[in-house]
Amino acid sequence: MAIIRARGLGKCFRVADKQPGLGGTLRHFFARRLKDIPAVKDVSFTIESGEVVGFLGANGAGKTTTLKMLTGLIEPSAGEVEVAGYRPFRRQAAFLRTITLVMGQKQQLIWDLPPLDSLRVNAAVYGISEAEARRRIDELAEMLELGEELRRPVRKLSLGQRMKAELLAALLHRPSVLFLDEPTLGLDVNAQVRVREFLADYNRRTGATVLLTSHYMGDITALCQRVLLIHQGQLFYDGSLQELTQQLAPYREVCCDLGAVYPPEAFRGFGELESLAGHRVRLLVSRDQLTGTISRLLLTFPVLDLEVNDPPVEEIIGRLFREGAVA
Amino acid sequence: MNRTLRLARVLLSVQYAYMLEYRAEIALWALSGLLPLIMLALWSGAAAAADLSLSPAELSRYFLAAFVVRQFTVVWVIHVFEEDALQGRLSPYLLQPLHPFWRYLAAHIAEQATRVPFVLAIVLAVWLLGAGASGWPPPSTWLLGLLVIHLAFLLRFLLQSVITMACFWSERAAALDRLLLIPYLFLSGLVAPLEAFPPGLRRLAAATPFPSMVDFPARLLSGGEVDLLGGLATLAAWMALLLPLYLLLWRAGLRRYAAMGA
Repeated sequence: MAIIRARGLGKCFRVADKQPGLGGTLRHFFARRLKDIPAVKDVSFTIESGEVVGFLGANGAGKTTTLKMLTGLIEPSAGEVEVAGYRPFRRQAAFLRTITLVMGQKQQLIWDLPPLDSLRVNAAVYGISEAEARRRIDELAEMLELGEELRRPVRKLSLGQRMKAELLAALLHRPSVLFLDEPTLGLDVNAQVRVREFLADYNRRTGATVLLTSHYMGDITALCQRVLLIHQGQLFYDGSLQELTQQLAPYREVCCDLGAVYPPEAFRGFGELESLAGHRVRLLVSRDQLTGTISRLLLTFPVLDLEVNDPPVEEIIGRLFREGAVA
Repeated sequence: MNRTLRLARVLLSVQYAYMLEYRAEIALWALSGLLPLIMLALWSGAAAAADLSLSPAELSRYFLAAFVVRQFTVVWVIHVFEEDALQGRLSPYLLQPLHPFWRYLAAHIAEQATRVPFVLAIVLAVWLLGAGASGWPPPSTWLLGLLVIHLAFLLRFLLQSVITMACFWSERAAALDRLLLIPYLFLSGLVAPLEAFPPGLRRLAAATPFPSMVDFPARLLSGGEVDLLGGLATLAAWMALLLPLYLLLWRAGLRRYAAMGA
Protein backbone atom coordinates (compact mmCIF):
# COMPACT_ATOMS: atom_id res chain seq x y z
CA MET A 1 0.00 0.00 0.00
CA ALA A 2 1.44 3.38 -1.03
CA ILE A 3 2.03 5.62 1.97
CA ILE A 4 3.64 8.51 0.08
CA ARG A 5 2.30 9.75 -3.25
CA ALA A 6 3.67 12.74 -5.13
CA ARG A 7 2.15 13.73 -8.48
CA GLY A 8 3.59 16.52 -10.61
CA LEU A 9 5.09 18.09 -7.51
CA GLY A 10 6.71 21.48 -8.07
CA LYS A 11 8.08 24.35 -6.05
CA CYS A 12 9.09 27.76 -7.27
CA PHE A 13 10.83 30.27 -4.99
CA ARG A 14 10.63 34.00 -5.66
CA VAL A 15 14.01 35.56 -4.95
CA ALA A 16 15.48 39.05 -5.27
CA ASP A 17 17.55 39.62 -8.40
CA LYS A 18 20.27 42.12 -7.49
CA GLN A 19 23.11 43.21 -9.76
CA PRO A 20 26.54 43.66 -8.14
CA GLY A 21 28.08 47.08 -7.41
CA LEU A 22 26.77 50.40 -6.12
CA GLY A 23 24.51 50.95 -9.13
CA GLY A 24 22.96 47.54 -8.67
CA THR A 25 22.49 48.20 -4.97
CA LEU A 26 20.75 51.54 -5.60
CA ARG A 27 18.55 50.10 -8.35
CA HIS A 28 17.71 47.21 -6.06
CA PHE A 29 16.82 49.61 -3.23
CA PHE A 30 14.41 51.72 -5.30
CA ALA A 31 13.01 49.12 -7.69
CA ARG A 32 13.42 45.64 -6.34
CA ARG A 33 13.41 43.02 -9.07
CA LEU A 34 12.29 39.51 -8.29
CA LYS A 35 12.65 36.35 -10.25
CA ASP A 36 11.15 32.91 -9.91
CA ILE A 37 13.57 30.06 -9.33
CA PRO A 38 12.09 26.60 -9.90
CA ALA A 39 13.56 24.33 -7.22
CA VAL A 40 11.47 21.22 -7.96
CA LYS A 41 9.75 20.46 -11.27
CA ASP A 42 7.07 17.90 -11.98
CA VAL A 43 8.27 15.23 -9.55
CA SER A 44 6.11 12.11 -9.28
CA PHE A 45 6.68 8.94 -7.26
CA THR A 46 5.03 6.62 -4.78
CA ILE A 47 6.58 4.89 -1.80
CA GLU A 48 5.11 1.76 -0.28
CA SER A 49 4.61 1.33 3.44
CA GLY A 50 7.75 -0.04 5.11
CA GLU A 51 10.11 0.85 2.25
CA VAL A 52 13.49 2.48 2.89
CA VAL A 53 14.21 4.76 -0.05
CA GLY A 54 17.33 6.80 -0.70
CA PHE A 55 16.96 10.25 -2.18
CA LEU A 56 20.08 11.19 -4.12
CA GLY A 57 21.22 14.32 -5.81
CA ALA A 58 23.90 16.99 -5.78
CA ASN A 59 23.67 20.08 -3.58
CA GLY A 60 20.77 22.26 -4.72
CA ALA A 61 19.20 19.42 -6.73
CA GLY A 62 15.88 19.77 -4.89
CA LYS A 63 16.08 16.96 -2.31
CA THR A 64 15.51 19.07 0.79
CA THR A 65 12.81 21.17 -0.89
CA THR A 66 10.97 17.97 -1.78
CA LEU A 67 11.30 16.72 1.82
CA LYS A 68 9.93 20.05 3.09
CA MET A 69 6.88 19.64 0.84
CA LEU A 70 6.38 16.03 1.96
CA THR A 71 6.46 17.06 5.62
CA GLY A 72 4.19 20.07 5.10
CA LEU A 73 6.78 22.69 6.00
CA ILE A 74 6.29 24.46 2.70
CA GLU A 75 3.37 24.57 0.33
CA PRO A 76 3.91 23.08 -3.15
CA SER A 77 3.57 25.53 -6.04
CA ALA A 78 2.24 22.74 -8.25
CA GLY A 79 1.07 19.16 -8.10
CA GLU A 80 -0.29 17.03 -5.33
CA VAL A 81 1.23 15.23 -2.41
CA GLU A 82 -0.27 12.79 0.05
CA VAL A 83 1.48 11.21 3.03
CA ALA A 84 -0.26 8.52 5.10
CA GLY A 85 -3.55 9.72 3.65
CA TYR A 86 -3.02 13.38 4.62
CA ARG A 87 -2.27 16.53 2.68
CA PRO A 88 0.94 17.53 4.47
CA PHE A 89 0.58 21.32 4.22
CA ARG A 90 -2.66 21.21 6.22
CA ARG A 91 -0.48 20.02 9.10
CA GLN A 92 -3.31 18.28 10.94
CA ALA A 93 -2.29 17.03 14.39
CA ALA A 94 -2.95 13.40 13.34
CA PHE A 95 -0.58 13.83 10.38
CA LEU A 96 2.13 15.41 12.54
CA ARG A 97 1.91 12.47 14.94
CA THR A 98 2.55 10.12 11.99
CA ILE A 99 5.74 11.69 10.67
CA THR A 100 9.11 12.96 11.76
CA LEU A 101 11.82 14.94 10.03
CA VAL A 102 15.43 14.69 11.15
CA MET A 103 17.77 17.29 9.74
CA GLY A 104 21.41 16.44 10.29
CA GLN A 105 22.54 20.03 10.50
CA LYS A 106 19.61 21.31 12.60
CA GLN A 107 18.58 20.44 16.08
CA GLN A 108 15.38 20.42 18.07
CA LEU A 109 17.01 19.72 21.44
CA ILE A 110 17.33 22.66 23.83
CA TRP A 111 21.01 23.59 23.70
CA ASP A 112 21.62 24.47 27.36
CA LEU A 113 19.60 21.67 28.96
CA PRO A 114 20.05 17.89 29.03
CA PRO A 115 18.24 15.97 26.27
CA LEU A 116 15.90 14.50 28.92
CA ASP A 117 14.28 17.94 29.34
CA SER A 118 13.54 18.18 25.62
CA LEU A 119 12.24 14.61 25.71
CA ARG A 120 9.86 15.54 28.56
CA VAL A 121 8.50 18.37 26.43
CA ASN A 122 8.12 16.11 23.40
CA ALA A 123 6.30 13.48 25.48
CA ALA A 124 3.87 16.13 26.76
CA VAL A 125 3.38 17.62 23.28
CA TYR A 126 2.54 14.21 21.79
CA GLY A 127 0.38 13.21 24.76
CA ILE A 128 2.60 10.27 25.79
CA SER A 129 2.14 9.38 29.46
CA GLU A 130 5.16 9.82 31.71
CA ALA A 131 5.46 6.07 32.35
CA GLU A 132 5.18 5.23 28.66
CA ALA A 133 7.65 7.99 27.76
CA ARG A 134 10.18 6.54 30.26
CA ARG A 135 9.71 3.10 28.74
CA ARG A 136 10.21 4.36 25.19
CA ILE A 137 13.21 6.48 26.18
CA ASP A 138 14.85 3.44 27.82
CA GLU A 139 14.16 1.28 24.77
CA LEU A 140 15.45 3.82 22.23
CA ALA A 141 18.41 4.77 24.45
CA GLU A 142 19.42 1.14 24.56
CA MET A 143 19.16 0.80 20.77
CA LEU A 144 21.19 3.99 20.36
CA GLU A 145 23.67 3.15 23.12
CA LEU A 146 22.84 6.32 25.05
CA GLY A 147 22.97 6.47 28.84
CA GLU A 148 24.37 9.25 31.03
CA GLU A 149 24.58 11.48 27.95
CA LEU A 150 20.84 12.11 28.29
CA ARG A 151 21.50 13.88 31.60
CA ARG A 152 24.27 16.15 30.32
CA PRO A 153 23.59 19.56 28.70
CA VAL A 154 23.31 19.18 24.94
CA ARG A 155 26.14 21.66 24.43
CA LYS A 156 28.49 19.27 26.26
CA LEU A 157 27.75 16.31 23.98
CA SER A 158 29.86 15.23 21.03
CA LEU A 159 28.33 15.55 17.56
CA GLY A 160 27.66 11.81 17.41
CA GLN A 161 26.00 11.73 20.86
CA ARG A 162 23.93 14.78 19.94
CA MET A 163 22.77 13.22 16.69
CA LYS A 164 21.72 10.06 18.50
CA ALA A 165 19.84 12.13 21.07
CA GLU A 166 18.18 14.04 18.20
CA LEU A 167 17.09 10.72 16.69
CA LEU A 168 15.68 9.65 20.04
CA ALA A 169 13.71 12.91 20.32
CA ALA A 170 12.46 12.57 16.74
CA LEU A 171 11.27 8.99 17.27
CA LEU A 172 9.76 9.22 20.76
CA HIS A 173 6.23 9.48 19.34
CA ARG A 174 6.84 6.37 17.20
CA PRO A 175 6.28 7.93 13.78
CA SER A 176 5.47 5.57 10.96
CA VAL A 177 7.01 7.78 8.27
CA LEU A 178 10.57 9.05 8.74
CA PHE A 179 12.08 11.79 6.63
CA LEU A 180 15.81 11.91 7.25
CA ASP A 181 17.83 14.73 5.73
CA GLU A 182 21.55 14.01 6.04
CA PRO A 183 21.22 12.18 9.36
CA THR A 184 24.92 11.27 9.49
CA LEU A 185 26.34 14.59 8.31
CA GLY A 186 29.63 15.37 10.04
CA LEU A 187 29.73 12.14 12.05
CA ASP A 188 32.86 10.01 12.19
CA VAL A 189 32.83 6.62 10.49
CA ASN A 190 31.97 4.67 13.67
CA ALA A 191 29.10 6.98 14.57
CA GLN A 192 27.81 6.76 10.98
CA VAL A 193 27.78 2.98 11.19
CA ARG A 194 25.91 3.01 14.53
CA VAL A 195 23.27 5.43 13.23
CA ARG A 196 22.80 3.27 10.12
CA GLU A 197 22.45 0.13 12.22
CA PHE A 198 19.93 1.87 14.45
CA LEU A 199 17.83 3.03 11.50
CA ALA A 200 17.86 -0.44 9.94
CA ASP A 201 16.85 -1.93 13.30
CA TYR A 202 14.07 0.66 13.79
CA ASN A 203 12.73 -0.10 10.31
CA ARG A 204 12.79 -3.87 11.02
CA ARG A 205 11.10 -3.52 14.41
CA THR A 206 8.40 -0.99 13.51
CA GLY A 207 7.93 -1.40 9.76
CA ALA A 208 8.32 2.37 9.43
CA THR A 209 8.72 3.94 5.99
CA VAL A 210 11.97 5.86 5.55
CA LEU A 211 12.94 8.45 2.95
CA LEU A 212 16.59 9.31 3.39
CA THR A 213 18.89 11.87 1.81
CA SER A 214 22.61 11.60 2.37
CA HIS A 215 25.90 12.69 0.93
CA TYR A 216 27.41 9.52 2.32
CA MET A 217 26.66 6.76 -0.13
CA GLY A 218 27.45 4.31 2.66
CA ASP A 219 24.10 5.35 4.22
CA ILE A 220 22.29 4.63 0.97
CA THR A 221 24.00 1.34 0.19
CA ALA A 222 23.57 0.10 3.78
CA LEU A 223 19.89 1.00 4.12
CA CYS A 224 18.15 1.40 0.77
CA GLN A 225 17.24 -1.05 -1.94
CA ARG A 226 15.50 1.66 -3.93
CA VAL A 227 16.74 5.12 -4.83
CA LEU A 228 15.27 8.27 -6.31
CA LEU A 229 17.76 10.40 -8.19
CA ILE A 230 16.97 14.09 -8.60
CA HIS A 231 18.91 16.62 -10.64
CA GLN A 232 18.11 20.29 -11.20
CA GLY A 233 14.71 19.76 -9.61
CA GLN A 234 13.69 16.86 -11.84
CA LEU A 235 13.43 13.21 -10.97
CA PHE A 236 15.30 11.18 -13.53
CA TYR A 237 15.71 7.81 -11.89
CA ASP A 238 13.46 5.73 -9.67
CA GLY A 239 14.50 2.15 -9.16
CA SER A 240 16.91 -0.22 -7.47
CA LEU A 241 20.37 0.96 -6.46
CA GLN A 242 21.90 -2.04 -8.21
CA GLU A 243 20.20 -1.23 -11.51
CA LEU A 244 21.30 2.37 -11.21
CA THR A 245 24.93 1.41 -10.93
CA GLN A 246 24.59 -1.05 -13.79
CA GLN A 247 22.65 1.25 -16.10
CA LEU A 248 24.47 4.45 -15.49
CA ALA A 249 27.93 3.23 -14.64
CA PRO A 250 28.78 0.30 -16.84
CA TYR A 251 32.28 0.19 -15.40
CA ARG A 252 34.20 -1.94 -12.99
CA GLU A 253 37.23 -0.86 -11.09
CA VAL A 254 40.38 -2.94 -11.65
CA CYS A 255 43.17 -2.46 -9.07
CA CYS A 256 46.57 -4.00 -9.74
CA ASP A 257 49.79 -4.20 -7.75
CA LEU A 258 52.61 -4.38 -10.29
CA GLY A 259 56.16 -5.67 -10.04
CA ALA A 260 57.56 -2.42 -11.51
CA VAL A 261 56.70 1.28 -11.87
CA TYR A 262 55.23 2.36 -15.22
CA PRO A 263 54.41 5.77 -16.71
CA PRO A 264 50.70 6.65 -17.24
CA GLU A 265 51.08 6.25 -21.03
CA ALA A 266 51.74 2.53 -20.52
CA PHE A 267 48.10 2.02 -19.55
CA ARG A 268 46.64 3.52 -22.74
CA GLY A 269 44.14 1.06 -24.17
CA PHE A 270 43.42 -0.56 -20.80
CA GLY A 271 40.40 1.51 -19.89
CA GLU A 272 40.40 4.82 -18.05
CA LEU A 273 43.32 5.45 -15.72
CA GLU A 274 41.80 6.45 -12.41
CA SER A 275 44.96 6.66 -10.31
CA LEU A 276 48.59 5.62 -10.43
CA ALA A 277 50.64 5.59 -7.23
CA GLY A 278 53.98 3.81 -7.48
CA HIS A 279 53.34 0.13 -8.07
CA ARG A 280 49.54 0.45 -7.63
CA VAL A 281 47.27 1.32 -10.50
CA ARG A 282 43.47 1.74 -10.57
CA LEU A 283 41.64 1.51 -13.88
CA LEU A 284 37.99 1.88 -14.82
CA VAL A 285 37.13 -0.76 -17.38
CA SER A 286 33.93 -1.12 -19.34
CA ARG A 287 31.99 -4.23 -18.17
CA ASP A 288 31.82 -5.74 -21.70
CA GLN A 289 35.61 -5.46 -22.13
CA LEU A 290 36.49 -6.62 -18.63
CA THR A 291 37.68 -10.17 -19.39
CA GLY A 292 39.74 -9.18 -22.42
CA THR A 293 41.34 -6.23 -20.61
CA ILE A 294 42.31 -8.35 -17.60
CA SER A 295 43.88 -10.97 -19.90
CA ARG A 296 45.92 -8.28 -21.68
CA LEU A 297 46.97 -6.72 -18.36
CA LEU A 298 48.24 -10.09 -17.14
CA LEU A 299 50.15 -10.62 -20.40
CA THR A 300 51.62 -7.08 -20.57
CA PHE A 301 52.57 -6.31 -16.94
CA PRO A 302 54.11 -8.28 -14.07
CA VAL A 303 50.89 -8.36 -12.04
CA LEU A 304 51.45 -9.33 -8.37
CA ASP A 305 47.86 -8.85 -7.23
CA LEU A 306 44.57 -7.96 -8.93
CA GLU A 307 41.16 -6.95 -7.60
CA VAL A 308 37.92 -6.16 -9.44
CA ASN A 309 35.34 -4.00 -7.64
CA ASP A 310 32.28 -1.90 -8.30
CA PRO A 311 33.34 1.74 -8.17
CA PRO A 312 32.05 3.71 -5.15
CA VAL A 313 28.52 4.95 -5.76
CA GLU A 314 29.41 8.56 -4.91
CA GLU A 315 31.87 8.42 -7.75
CA ILE A 316 29.20 7.14 -10.12
CA ILE A 317 26.79 9.91 -9.18
CA GLY A 318 29.53 12.53 -9.28
CA ARG A 319 30.68 11.35 -12.71
CA LEU A 320 27.11 11.31 -13.94
CA PHE A 321 26.51 14.93 -13.03
CA ARG A 322 29.97 16.12 -14.11
CA GLU A 323 29.60 14.55 -17.53
CA GLY A 324 26.10 15.97 -17.94
CA ALA A 325 24.70 12.53 -18.55
CA VAL A 326 21.47 13.63 -16.96
CA ALA A 327 20.95 16.80 -18.99
CA MET B 1 -7.78 18.88 30.32
CA ASN B 2 -5.22 16.86 32.29
CA ARG B 3 -3.11 16.63 29.16
CA THR B 4 -3.26 20.40 28.65
CA LEU B 5 -2.32 21.02 32.29
CA ARG B 6 0.56 18.57 32.06
CA LEU B 7 1.78 20.19 28.85
CA ALA B 8 1.62 23.65 30.50
CA ARG B 9 3.44 22.35 33.59
CA VAL B 10 6.19 20.66 31.57
CA LEU B 11 6.64 23.58 29.17
CA LEU B 12 6.84 26.10 32.03
CA SER B 13 9.20 24.01 34.17
CA VAL B 14 11.56 23.27 31.27
CA GLN B 15 11.52 26.88 30.09
CA TYR B 16 12.15 28.03 33.68
CA ALA B 17 15.16 25.69 33.89
CA TYR B 18 16.34 27.15 30.58
CA MET B 19 15.89 30.75 31.78
CA LEU B 20 17.78 30.03 34.99
CA GLU B 21 20.79 29.31 32.79
CA TYR B 22 20.57 32.98 31.78
CA ARG B 23 19.81 34.44 35.22
CA ALA B 24 22.68 36.95 35.09
CA GLU B 25 21.45 38.27 31.76
CA ILE B 26 17.89 38.48 33.08
CA ALA B 27 19.12 40.46 36.12
CA LEU B 28 20.66 42.96 33.70
CA TRP B 29 17.41 43.13 31.72
CA ALA B 30 15.55 43.82 34.97
CA LEU B 31 17.98 46.65 35.72
CA SER B 32 17.60 48.02 32.20
CA GLY B 33 13.87 48.53 32.84
CA LEU B 34 14.45 51.30 35.37
CA LEU B 35 12.93 54.01 33.15
CA PRO B 36 9.84 54.55 35.37
CA LEU B 37 12.08 55.06 38.40
CA ILE B 38 14.20 57.56 36.46
CA MET B 39 10.98 59.34 35.46
CA LEU B 40 9.97 59.33 39.12
CA ALA B 41 13.18 61.18 40.01
CA LEU B 42 12.53 63.71 37.21
CA TRP B 43 8.87 64.29 38.11
CA SER B 44 9.66 64.58 41.80
CA GLY B 45 10.89 68.14 41.22
CA ALA B 46 8.34 70.48 42.84
CA ALA B 47 7.80 72.61 39.75
CA ALA B 48 7.09 69.65 37.49
CA ALA B 49 4.90 67.84 39.99
CA ALA B 50 2.80 70.93 40.43
CA ASP B 51 1.48 70.47 36.87
CA LEU B 52 0.04 67.11 37.85
CA SER B 53 -3.11 66.39 39.75
CA LEU B 54 -1.22 63.76 41.76
CA SER B 55 0.35 64.23 45.17
CA PRO B 56 4.07 63.41 45.51
CA ALA B 57 3.16 60.15 47.31
CA GLU B 58 0.67 59.19 44.57
CA LEU B 59 3.27 60.03 41.94
CA SER B 60 5.85 57.80 43.67
CA ARG B 61 3.38 54.95 43.95
CA TYR B 62 2.42 55.33 40.29
CA PHE B 63 5.98 55.16 38.97
CA LEU B 64 6.93 52.31 41.30
CA ALA B 65 3.83 50.42 40.08
CA ALA B 66 4.72 51.32 36.46
CA PHE B 67 8.17 49.84 37.10
CA VAL B 68 6.58 46.57 38.29
CA VAL B 69 4.14 46.55 35.35
CA ARG B 70 6.98 47.18 32.88
CA GLN B 71 9.01 44.30 34.36
CA PHE B 72 6.20 41.80 33.87
CA THR B 73 5.03 42.96 30.46
CA VAL B 74 8.35 42.74 28.62
CA VAL B 75 7.81 40.97 25.30
CA TRP B 76 10.57 39.85 22.94
CA VAL B 77 8.75 37.28 20.80
CA ILE B 78 9.49 39.15 17.54
CA HIS B 79 13.25 38.89 18.09
CA VAL B 80 13.31 35.20 18.97
CA PHE B 81 10.82 34.31 16.22
CA GLU B 82 12.84 36.21 13.61
CA GLU B 83 15.99 34.37 14.65
CA ASP B 84 14.22 31.01 14.75
CA ALA B 85 12.76 31.58 11.29
CA LEU B 86 16.12 32.64 9.84
CA GLN B 87 18.15 29.90 11.52
CA GLY B 88 15.69 27.13 10.67
CA ARG B 89 14.74 26.40 14.28
CA LEU B 90 11.10 27.17 13.53
CA SER B 91 10.79 24.14 11.26
CA PRO B 92 10.99 21.46 14.00
CA TYR B 93 8.38 23.43 16.01
CA LEU B 94 6.07 23.50 13.01
CA LEU B 95 6.31 19.73 12.69
CA GLN B 96 4.94 19.11 16.19
CA PRO B 97 1.23 19.15 17.07
CA LEU B 98 1.56 22.31 19.15
CA HIS B 99 1.30 25.87 17.85
CA PRO B 100 4.84 27.31 18.16
CA PHE B 101 3.55 30.43 19.91
CA TRP B 102 2.63 28.39 23.02
CA ARG B 103 6.35 27.70 23.43
CA TYR B 104 7.18 31.39 23.12
CA LEU B 105 4.41 32.28 25.59
CA ALA B 106 5.76 29.71 28.07
CA ALA B 107 9.27 31.13 27.61
CA HIS B 108 8.01 34.64 28.44
CA ILE B 109 6.18 33.48 31.57
CA ALA B 110 9.24 31.50 32.69
CA GLU B 111 11.41 34.56 32.11
CA GLN B 112 9.02 36.61 34.26
CA ALA B 113 9.35 34.05 37.05
CA THR B 114 13.14 34.35 36.80
CA ARG B 115 12.84 38.14 37.16
CA VAL B 116 10.82 38.00 40.40
CA PRO B 117 13.74 38.05 42.89
CA PHE B 118 15.51 40.88 41.04
CA VAL B 119 12.34 42.96 40.78
CA LEU B 120 11.52 42.40 44.47
CA ALA B 121 15.04 43.49 45.42
CA ILE B 122 14.76 46.69 43.38
CA VAL B 123 11.27 47.48 44.75
CA LEU B 124 12.52 46.89 48.29
CA ALA B 125 15.53 49.13 47.70
CA VAL B 126 13.34 51.93 46.35
CA TRP B 127 10.97 51.44 49.29
CA LEU B 128 13.83 51.67 51.79
CA LEU B 129 15.15 54.77 50.09
CA GLY B 130 11.81 56.27 51.06
CA ALA B 131 10.58 57.03 47.60
CA GLY B 132 7.10 57.66 48.92
CA ALA B 133 5.79 54.14 49.13
CA SER B 134 3.70 55.06 52.13
CA GLY B 135 0.09 54.03 52.23
CA TRP B 136 0.15 51.08 49.88
CA PRO B 137 -3.20 49.78 48.69
CA PRO B 138 -4.70 46.67 50.34
CA PRO B 139 -3.77 43.09 49.27
CA SER B 140 -7.04 42.74 47.31
CA THR B 141 -5.93 45.60 45.05
CA TRP B 142 -2.52 43.97 44.67
CA LEU B 143 -4.10 40.69 43.60
CA LEU B 144 -6.38 42.43 41.14
CA GLY B 145 -3.36 44.45 39.96
CA LEU B 146 -1.37 41.27 39.31
CA LEU B 147 -4.24 39.83 37.28
CA VAL B 148 -4.46 43.01 35.21
CA ILE B 149 -0.67 43.07 34.73
CA HIS B 150 -0.91 39.62 33.18
CA LEU B 151 -3.78 40.68 30.95
CA ALA B 152 -1.68 43.67 29.92
CA PHE B 153 1.19 41.29 29.19
CA LEU B 154 -1.10 39.11 27.05
CA LEU B 155 -2.24 42.18 25.09
CA ARG B 156 1.36 43.25 24.51
CA PHE B 157 2.32 39.69 23.56
CA LEU B 158 -0.58 39.55 21.11
CA LEU B 159 0.23 42.95 19.58
CA GLN B 160 3.86 41.99 19.09
CA SER B 161 2.82 38.58 17.73
CA VAL B 162 0.76 40.35 15.06
CA ILE B 163 3.80 42.43 14.09
CA THR B 164 5.96 39.30 14.28
CA MET B 165 4.00 37.90 11.35
CA ALA B 166 5.91 40.39 9.17
CA CYS B 167 8.84 37.95 9.57
CA PHE B 168 7.12 35.82 6.92
CA TRP B 169 7.39 38.72 4.47
CA SER B 170 10.66 40.31 5.54
CA GLU B 171 13.86 38.86 6.89
CA ARG B 172 14.39 41.79 9.26
CA ALA B 173 10.92 42.43 10.62
CA ALA B 174 12.17 42.91 14.20
CA ALA B 175 13.01 46.50 13.23
CA LEU B 176 9.25 47.17 13.30
CA ASP B 177 9.32 46.57 17.04
CA ARG B 178 11.70 49.51 17.43
CA LEU B 179 9.23 51.63 15.47
CA LEU B 180 6.51 50.73 17.96
CA LEU B 181 8.72 51.54 20.93
CA ILE B 182 8.24 55.31 20.63
CA PRO B 183 4.41 55.35 20.73
CA TYR B 184 4.59 52.65 23.43
CA LEU B 185 6.89 54.76 25.61
CA PHE B 186 4.92 57.98 25.23
CA LEU B 187 1.34 56.80 25.04
CA SER B 188 1.43 53.96 27.58
CA GLY B 189 2.11 56.12 30.63
CA LEU B 190 5.69 55.02 31.16
CA VAL B 191 7.23 58.48 30.93
CA ALA B 192 4.34 60.28 32.65
CA PRO B 193 0.91 59.42 33.99
CA LEU B 194 -1.63 60.00 31.23
CA GLU B 195 -3.37 62.50 33.51
CA ALA B 196 -0.43 64.82 32.93
CA PHE B 197 -1.06 64.85 29.17
CA PRO B 198 -2.96 67.62 27.38
CA PRO B 199 -6.57 66.54 26.59
CA GLY B 200 -5.89 66.09 22.87
CA LEU B 201 -2.92 63.82 23.46
CA ARG B 202 -4.86 61.92 26.11
CA ARG B 203 -7.65 61.28 23.57
CA LEU B 204 -5.07 60.09 21.04
CA ALA B 205 -3.51 57.74 23.60
CA ALA B 206 -6.94 56.38 24.55
CA ALA B 207 -7.51 55.40 20.92
CA THR B 208 -4.46 53.08 21.06
CA PRO B 209 -3.88 49.86 23.05
CA PHE B 210 -0.86 51.37 24.84
CA PRO B 211 -2.55 52.85 27.96
CA SER B 212 -3.98 49.38 28.69
CA MET B 213 -0.41 48.07 28.83
CA VAL B 214 0.96 50.38 31.54
CA ASP B 215 -1.28 53.24 32.65
CA PHE B 216 -4.33 51.14 33.55
CA PRO B 217 -2.52 48.38 35.52
CA ALA B 218 -0.13 50.88 37.15
CA ARG B 219 -2.93 53.15 38.34
CA LEU B 220 -4.84 50.12 39.62
CA LEU B 221 -1.79 48.73 41.41
CA SER B 222 -0.89 52.08 42.96
CA GLY B 223 -4.38 52.49 44.37
CA GLY B 224 -5.33 55.35 42.04
CA GLU B 225 -8.81 55.97 40.70
CA VAL B 226 -9.63 53.68 37.79
CA ASP B 227 -12.64 52.61 35.82
CA LEU B 228 -12.06 48.90 36.44
CA LEU B 229 -14.80 47.53 34.20
CA GLY B 230 -14.03 50.04 31.46
CA GLY B 231 -10.32 49.18 31.63
CA LEU B 232 -10.97 45.45 31.49
CA ALA B 233 -13.45 45.90 28.62
CA THR B 234 -10.82 47.92 26.69
CA LEU B 235 -8.23 45.17 27.24
CA ALA B 236 -10.71 42.52 26.10
CA ALA B 237 -11.76 44.56 23.05
CA TRP B 238 -8.15 45.00 21.87
CA MET B 239 -7.46 41.30 22.34
CA ALA B 240 -10.65 40.39 20.49
CA LEU B 241 -9.47 42.58 17.61
CA LEU B 242 -5.87 41.37 17.53
CA LEU B 243 -6.41 37.62 17.96
CA PRO B 244 -8.31 37.00 14.68
CA LEU B 245 -5.90 39.35 12.89
CA TYR B 246 -2.99 37.32 14.23
CA LEU B 247 -4.56 34.01 13.18
CA LEU B 248 -5.29 35.37 9.71
CA LEU B 249 -1.71 36.61 9.27
CA TRP B 250 -0.29 33.33 10.63
CA ARG B 251 -2.18 31.32 8.02
CA ALA B 252 -1.17 33.69 5.22
CA GLY B 253 2.43 33.80 6.47
CA LEU B 254 2.81 30.03 6.54
CA ARG B 255 2.02 29.95 2.83
CA ARG B 256 5.06 32.16 2.29
CA TYR B 257 7.32 30.27 4.69
CA ALA B 258 10.33 28.93 2.83
CA ALA B 259 11.84 26.99 5.79
CA MET B 260 15.14 28.78 5.26
CA GLY B 261 18.16 27.43 7.02
CA ALA B 262 16.49 24.05 7.40
